[in-house]
Amino acid sequence: MEHLVIIGNGIAGVTTARYVRKKSDMKITIISSETKYFFSRTALMYIFMGHMKYENTKPYEDWFWEKNRIDLIFGKVNSIDTDKNSLKLDDGKNINYDKLVIATGSVSNKFGWPGQDLPGVQGLYSIQDLELLEKNVKDAKSAIIIGGGLIGIELAEMLHSRGIHVTFVIREKLFWDNILPKEDAALVSRHIIEQGIDIKFETNLKEIVAGDDGRVKSILTDKDEEIKCEIVGLTPGVSPNIGFIKDSKVETNRGVLVNDFLETNIPNIFAVGDCIEIKADVEGERNRFEQLWYTGRMHGEVLAKTICGNRTKYERGIWFNSAKFLDIEYQTYGFVRNTPREGEKIFYWVHDSGKKSLLIVFNETGFSFVGLNVFGIRLRHKVFERWIEENKSIHYILENLGEANFDPEFFDKHEEEIIEKFNFENPQNQLKLKTKRFSIRIL
Amino acid sequence: MKQLDLQPLNIYTQNHNKNGNNNLGFIEKLGLTLVGVGSLAFIISLTGFSNNNPLLFFFLTFGSVSLGALIYFIPKISDSPAGVKNNGMFFNSFTSRKAGAWLLGIVITGFYVLLYWYSSTLQGWIKLVDPLSNWLRGTKADQWFLYGTFYTLAVLIMGVRVLINKRHNKYQIFRTLSVMFFQLGFAFLIPAILLRLNQPEFYFSYFWPLKYHYLFPGSVSYLTKSGGLGYFMAFWGAGMTFIATPILSYFFGKRWYCSWVCGCGALAETAGDTFRHLSDKSLNAWKIERWMIYSILVFIVVTTILVWINSYYKGEILGNLSMSFSKTYGFLIGAMFSGVIGVGFYPIMGSRVWCRFGCPMAAILGLFQRTKSKFRITTNGDQCISCGNCSTYCEMGIDVRSYAQRGENIVRASCVGCGVCSEVCPRGVLKLENNSAEIRFNNK
Repeated sequence: MEHLVIIGNGIAGVTTARYVRKKSDMKITIISSETKYFFSRTALMYIFMGHMKYENTKPYEDWFWEKNRIDLIFGKVNSIDTDKNSLKLDDGKNINYDKLVIATGSVSNKFGWPGQDLPGVQGLYSIQDLELLEKNVKDAKSAIIIGGGLIGIELAEMLHSRGIHVTFVIREKLFWDNILPKEDAALVSRHIIEQGIDIKFETNLKEIVAGDDGRVKSILTDKDEEIKCEIVGLTPGVSPNIGFIKDSKVETNRGVLVNDFLETNIPNIFAVGDCIEIKADVEGERNRFEQLWYTGRMHGEVLAKTICGNRTKYERGIWFNSAKFLDIEYQTYGFVRNTPREGEKIFYWVHDSGKKSLLIVFNETGFSFVGLNVFGIRLRHKVFERWIEENKSIHYILENLGEANFDPEFFDKHEEEIIEKFNFENPQNQLKLKTKRFSIRIL
Repeated sequence: MKQLDLQPLNIYTQNHNKNGNNNLGFIEKLGLTLVGVGSLAFIISLTGFSNNNPLLFFFLTFGSVSLGALIYFIPKISDSPAGVKNNGMFFNSFTSRKAGAWLLGIVITGFYVLLYWYSSTLQGWIKLVDPLSNWLRGTKADQWFLYGTFYTLAVLIMGVRVLINKRHNKYQIFRTLSVMFFQLGFAFLIPAILLRLNQPEFYFSYFWPLKYHYLFPGSVSYLTKSGGLGYFMAFWGAGMTFIATPILSYFFGKRWYCSWVCGCGALAETAGDTFRHLSDKSLNAWKIERWMIYSILVFIVVTTILVWINSYYKGEILGNLSMSFSKTYGFLIGAMFSGVIGVGFYPIMGSRVWCRFGCPMAAILGLFQRTKSKFRITTNGDQCISCGNCSTYCEMGIDVRSYAQRGENIVRASCVGCGVCSEVCPRGVLKLENNSAEIRFNNK
């Protein structure tokens, strides 16, 4: 029987295994050195905050794997011998494969700062990081977080929930403004500050300083400011985790190099998830890294087809993503760059509370829709996917925004306000709401 | 365009270290002190010491605990910004099956045992509510009035706590106000006032088979004998069971009753809110649930039919059979399950043990919800990140995530529509909806 071995039991590896099992009878083995059973990495923060236990983060009960004949090995792969189609584990065992999937995920970035390996300095990626954090927070009163991305905000919320004072040190002018347009970045920044988390904008880390006990005691910034802290969280993004793969014949660059079919240079070896670097098929374009939960899942679904004999190209569908910044939910559909490109215009609406906003990017000529960021309002994924496919105009989208609303029942509705703002700014076209929704305004 | 103003808009910054910090403020300490004083007065009252001055002790016990609890909860509005408040749920001794939870479980279970079978031990407390009972109902209190007073206060006070904690979510606000209203009005005040007016003590918010004897021949003949209003009550009960239940369940799903009206639901959603994550989410639990709840439904249907046959033939055919059925049901299901286990085990098994495994009304509502209803929980495309908050906080033990991560809608007989899965979802993936009854299972 053909043997498929998957290194890594994150969402990408597990999705591959599940979808292969749906279509094929081959023997499947998943190897992980993090945990035996698959858990949801996105829920790590909730374990630390006491919302859930580790058991609650497992999307499948433990019997699931045996029932679906997916073997699990809790161990670490040391090397790949691509000539013998064999893996060596750190307990000395060898495992032979017919097909191999590399799904090793990523590791937290470190940029060679002095003191970056001191006790009390850490990233947040794995369950081991979480265990380390539990140790590091003992007696801690304040923490510094370097880098203000999506992991940074999670770490901040976690520490804040335990009564630890958090200060962000970020290079950007506003929180995450390397991704978000400044209006959105300002909303997020303000929300963070309001909750009692400090942000040092446009500041770089120079050095992490140790105290007499050898643990971190403060940091120095490039503005020669010293900030005391017991914990330093390093969250300036992640890089593909390719340690032992670099020594094999599998071609790597910053990540495991794959083509659009998620195939590596070795015919029976594939790669999915955070660890891959997708080679650009047009010259002049850059290689792609896709390090999201959603993309990891999509990679797995597509690769399973290829492994089962139906060679399928990975084509990322219409872009979407979501996150939560403390109490504010965020969704994005289509392409929103932090600064509009030539010919693009921004329409922006923000609610008086400063906790809800809608930002639409559209083309100046023809008013065609490019992308949208929304904070504090839930929108329907499938409706936006359809609208983008059908190339709807911003006019159509604003007039029908109610159709896409996904907020719980009785929530305040803002479509009217939004359309009024657009009409005020664009007096040449007076839009009218097409989908009016039932609304209660008592509270 | 709005200014890119980074100045904080409100007051949260001043007391930011409150979040997650267990240091109590003065007002909170005052509240806890009052709760302590009230609890002490409750213990003293059991000795009968309070019998000479029940009114004073009524305020010292019920009054002091209620006021203290409210004083404790209300400052939380300004303590932390509006948003999901589940920090520390699995750390707190009372909400994570640790010592506090077992202690609390034993106390509540013990109270139910005394209430049902040894109510004479509670005389001291029954006396406390005598003045209230005389004033409201024009008659002396009994253990059931004492129970009703406890129950209603628990719903109201813990309801205030839920209103504060979930103030960011209007669905939760309206729903909580609704269960508080129905408990206070329909399950406490109206029955009391009816009694005062020499009418049958009738609960308009409970129907057969939850209030199983409302359709027993004895109750029906008792109601109809008491005149015009009694006729109305008998028809109301039958009408709600056979006409309103299918219609309302078609339009709104089971939630119109279970999480908006029902008293059991009211207690689960208020006093039980901090225990909702303790329900068992395993596939095995779901299997047991289906066996148990439908067996109990069959049990009460058979019992009801036997009682009617017996009444029709004036006991000639069945002898004592229907009586023993009815007594067994009353003891096992009515008292043991819905009371002792249903509420007593809140801190161990979660807040909806009775509703999930036992309630025959929930079984009927669930059958309608599953087969013919506009209600469903819609999943938002591919946005699920499998974090598991929805499943963890489902009080009915539904593995919501298993549907959400496949992009499927959730159409389950047991879902009471409390809306908490949608509230705790960090990616806004779930939405309770009444929509077309035909295409509701899958949106992929």
